[in-house]
Amino acid sequence: MPSLIDIRRRIRSVKNTQQITKAMKMVSAAKLRRAQDRVIAARPYAAQMREMLADLAAAAEEQGETSSSPWLTRREVKRIDLIFMTSDKGLAGAFNSSLMKASQRFLAEHSGAEVTLTLVGRKGRDFYKRRHGGILSEHVNILNKPTIEDARNVAREVIRRYRDGETDAVYLLNNEFKSVMAQTLSVMQLLPAAPPAKKAEPVDYIYEQPPLEMLDQLMPRYVEVAVFRAMLETVAAEHAARMTAMDKASTNAKEVIETLTLNMNRIRQAAITKEIIEVVSGAAAAEE
Amino acid sequence: MLLQVVSPERMLVDEHVTEAQIPALDGYIGAMPGHAPLLSALMPGGVLSYKAGGKDETVAVYGGFVQILPDRVRVLADSAQPGREIDAAKARERLAKAQAAVEQQGAAVTDDAREEIVRAQAAVDAAAK
Repeated sequence: MPSLIDIRRRIRSVKNTQQITKAMKMVSAAKLRRAQDRVIAARPYAAQMREMLADLAAAAEEQGETSSSPWLTRREVKRIDLIFMTSDKGLAGAFNSSLMKASQRFLAEHSGAEVTLTLVGRKGRDFYKRRHGGILSEHVNILNKPTIEDARNVAREVIRRYRDGETDAVYLLNNEFKSVMAQTLSVMQLLPAAPPAKKAEPVDYIYEQPPLEMLDQLMPRYVEVAVFRAMLETVAAEHAARMTAMDKASTNAKEVIETLTLNMNRIRQAAITKEIIEVVSGAAAAEE
Repeated sequence: MLLQVVSPERMLVDEHVTEAQIPALDGYIGAMPGHAPLLSALMPGGVLSYKAGGKDETVAVYGGFVQILPDRVRVLADSAQPGREIDAAKARERLAKAQAAVEQQGAAVTDDAREEIVRAQAAVDAAAK
């Protein structure tokens, strides 16, 4: 049976851990709110961009110029670039492990193609550093407060490769924020872009520059913004996952403390009872 | 006419205006309600100015696109800064630095350095108005 002092020591240590997990939960909650605000702030641009893209693609198609644009033609997919986003830090429950599983599934599904990885986040980098041959670039420590500049750095080389025909498709794999309790895995094909939905009444625009030229400028931005959005979503999802994980850890710690306290009291009582018996029997022996 | 200016990070302007000057790639375009639908790229650095509620406002816009419709103008900026948020002294400093950089590079001046001047100039102009 463990001694009283040992149990006290364990209770103290679990209490310390509980304080840390509680603090981490609060920090994550605050960061989550900020991350969510940023996700929402970035929405209008993405929506507007999709609309303009649809207009331009339709105009280019009308002029029969689609075949000359690398953005609108589809090639046989032999080489794939995958942008894989994980978090930099752990202690976020199954946040990263589910991403690792999903990325391996992706590699298995596309085993016929040569997949090159662009890794965002330390966890994914550490995971694939020795497991995968084709790594294009690594971006670590940019998820603390991602800016559009960071997204451009991540996307630049991938965009160039696609335009120059060095890769045939670009995918993005990351976690998206769904609710505080749940994240959704998102596998998205960035390039070639899915043909945008046709509008019921196309607007007859004056094009200051040829549609194809504008498309050449717009498509890289489309990819950059998709990457930017994914970064913001990843950050929000990470904080949500950590918040939930730390909440569970705090609850667990509470349970452990309760059990230990109960144990401690039992042992204490047993010791007292034993002492009383000793005193009583000692007194009885003296009387005789 | 509704004017919306968005950058990837946030929405900068979302209000009704009576007219707007847009720094399109081939020169400034004046947009008033009823303008013909138009799509254009934007200058790498320019000043978008507009009148709202009798007041003149400016936004420094660094590249992007504009979509003009009869009842609204939407600017998709690569990045942008409202004029009133720009520190004029800092903007001038940035311009001086950019000009010095170009002079230093001499004949081997890069496009980036030249564009930085244009951007810095736009910031200075937006702050001044």
